[in-house]
Amino acid sequence: MSQTETEQSKTEQSLEREFQARVDAEEKIEPKDWMPEAYRKTLIRQISQHAHSEVVGMQPEGNWITRAPSLRRKAVLLAKVQDEAGHGLYLYSAAETLGISREELLEALHQGKAKYSSIFNYPTLSWADIGAVGWLVDGAAIVNQVALQRTSFGPYARAMVRICKEESFHQRQGYEIMLALSRGSAAQKAMAQDALNRFWWPSLMMFGPNDDHSPNSAQSMKWKIKRKSNDQLRQEFIDQTVPQIEVLGLELPDPELRWNEERGHYDFGPIDWDEFFQVIKGNGPCNRQRLQHHIRAQREGEWVCEAVRAYENKKRGRKAA
Amino acid sequence: MKHMPLFEVFIRSKRGLDHTHVGSLHAEDHQQALEYARDVYTRRSEGVSIWVVKSADIVASQEGDRDSFYDPMDDKPYRHATHYVLPEEVNNM
Amino acid sequence: MNKDAIAEYATRLGDDALVLGHRLSEWCSNGPFLEEDIATINTALDFIGRARMFLSYAAELEGAGRSEDDLAYTRDCREFKNLLIHELPRGDFAFTTVRQFLVDASNVLFFEALCESSDPQLAAIAAKSVKECRYHLRRSHDWLLRLGDGTEESRRRCQDALDDLWGYTDELFAMDALEQALLDAGVAVDRVALKERWLPLVSAAIDEATLQLPALPALPGGGREGIHTEHLGHLLAELQFVQRAYPGLQW
Repeated sequence: MSQTETEQSKTEQSLEREFQARVDAEEKIEPKDWMPEAYRKTLIRQISQHAHSEVVGMQPEGNWITRAPSLRRKAVLLAKVQDEAGHGLYLYSAAETLGISREELLEALHQGKAKYSSIFNYPTLSWADIGAVGWLVDGAAIVNQVALQRTSFGPYARAMVRICKEESFHQRQGYEIMLALSRGSAAQKAMAQDALNRFWWPSLMMFGPNDDHSPNSAQSMKWKIKRKSNDQLRQEFIDQTVPQIEVLGLELPDPELRWNEERGHYDFGPIDWDEFFQVIKGNGPCNRQRLQHHIRAQREGEWVCEAVRAYENKKRGRKAA
Repeated sequence: MKHMPLFEVFIRSKRGLDHTHVGSLHAEDHQQALEYARDVYTRRSEGVSIWVVKSADIVASQEGDRDSFYDPMDDKPYRHATHYVLPEEVNNM
Repeated sequence: MNKDAIAEYATRLGDDALVLGHRLSEWCSNGPFLEEDIATINTALDFIGRARMFLSYAAELEGAGRSEDDLAYTRDCREFKNLLIHELPRGDFAFTTVRQFLVDASNVLFFEALCESSDPQLAAIAAKSVKECRYHLRRSHDWLLRLGDGTEESRRRCQDALDDLWGYTDELFAMDALEQALLDAGVAVDRVALKERWLPLVSAAIDEATLQLPALPALPGGGREGIHTEHLGHLLAELQFVQRAYPGLQW
C-alpha cells in the first residue's frame, strides 16, 4: 500500500467512526454527510423497494375503484389509492437525495432488479379483499413504518413521519369495511372470512424472513436503518390484530393462534416460507401482471413526456427570441 | 417523466409560520411544479402558501466547510441571552 | 317550483359528474407519471363529491326514501340522464385532456351561472363546484397547450380527440322543456347563452394550441332522455356490479 492509500484508508476509517458515532448518538444522517458506500446502497435498496411497494400497491386496490359498492366507499378508496401514489412520491424523493434518479429506480423495477412488497402479488377478488388489504396490509405496513420514523437517514425518517400521519385513516377504512361485512348478510360475512383467510399469511410474510434467515438485518440494525427485527415486528402485528379479529366475530385464520401467558404474546403456526420465496422470485399469482401494468402505463405515457419537453423547448425558444 | 427537472417544495402551513421544506417532485416548469405541489403535498389542507425551487438552483453549504462555517460561531456566547447574569429580581428580562 | 322538476335537474347534474368522475377514476395507476396520477385523482374526487351532493339532493327532493347510492347503483341505462360527452371511454391521455378542457370550460361558465339559482341548495353546490372547476380548467387548458403544441404525435392525437369529441359538445348547450321551465323560475341555467361565451374561449385555446377548430356537425345527443352511447351500459355494469350481485345490502 502506498503512503497516500494508507492515509486515505485511515481517513476512511476515521470518517466511518465519526459516522457510526453520530448514528449511535441518534443524530440523523443527512444527504450531504459522508456515509459508507454500503449504507448508501442499502438505503437506496430499502427506500426504493418501499416506494415501489406503494406504487405497485395502487394496482390491487385500484382494481376495485370502479366497482366500489357505494359512492362514499368509492371516494374513500380513491383518496386512499391517491395517498399510496403520494407516499410513493415522498419515498422516491427521499431516495433521490442519495444521488439516484427516479428513472434509474423505475428502470431497476422494470428489469426485476428492485423488489416491492410480495403482498401486492396477490389478487383482490372480492370487495372484502379491499377491506382486508386496508386492515391487514396497511396494518402491517404501519407497524413497520412507525418503527422507521426513527430510522437514521433524515429524509427517509421525515417521509415516514408524513406517511404515518396520513396512513392512520387507511387501516381504519379497511376495518370499517370488514365490520360492515361481518355484521351483514351471510354472504357478506363469508366474503369477509374468505378475504381474511387469504390475506392473513401473506400479511405475516410482509415482515420478511425470520431473523436468523435475514442476511442484511444485523448491519441495518447497527446503522439504525432498521429499528426492530422482522420477528419483533411480526409479533407486534399479530398481537394487535388477533383481538380485532375477535371483535369482527370471524374465525381465526390460523388454528394455532393462541395467547401465551408466559411469553405475553400470541403463538402462531408455521409460515409457508416456500410460498414467500416463490413470490419474491417472481412466481406469485400476479407478479408478471403487476410489472407489465406498470411498464405499459409508462410506455403509454412516453409520448406525453416527449410532448411536454418539446413544448417547453419551444416556449423557451420563443422567450429567447 | 424522463428528464423532467426536480423541484424542491416548501409549504407555509399557516399564516405566521415560515415555509418549511416538505419534499420534492418532478415537473417541466415552475407553474406545473406549483400545481403538482398543491396536489401532492397539500391534500389535507396542509398549506396556505407554496414555494417551488429547482433543486439544481439550490446552493448548499458543504459538510467539508463545517469547520469554517459553523465552528467560529461557537466561541461567541455573548450572542445568547443566557450569557448574561442578572440579579434575581430582573430574572424575566 | 315543482319539486320533481328540480329533482330531475339535480339528477342530470349528478349523473354528469358521476359518469365523468368514474371515467377519470379509471386513470388511477394508468397515468403517464406519478405526479399526474395524483393530480387526476384529485379531479376525479371533485367530480365524485359533486355527484354525491347532487344525487343526495335529488333523492331528498324525491322524498321516496331513496339515497344517493340507490340513484347511482340501481338505475339502468335509460334512467341515467348524463350528457353523452361524459360517458365516452377514457381513451388516451389526449382524449382525456381534450374532453376535460371542453367540459371544464363549459362547467366554469355553467356553475358561475348556477350560483345565482333561486334554489339555495343548488346555488350552494354550484358555489363549491365553481372553485373546483376553475382549477380543473387551468389544468386542462395548460395540458391542451402542451399536447397541442408539443410533438407531431401529440398534436395528431389531440386533433383526433378534438374531432371525435366535437359533435358531442352541442348537447352541453341544449335546453329542453324542463330546463326552460326551471330557467323561467330562476332555478336553472340558460345553456344557450353559455355557448356564446364558451365558443370564443375554447376557440382561442384551440388556436393557441395550434389545433384546428373542427368544422363538424353536431351529433344527435339524447342523454337527457336516457338515449345513450353503447358505452354507458358497460360503465354501469362495472359501477353497479356489487350492488347488482348482492342487492339491498349495506356496504
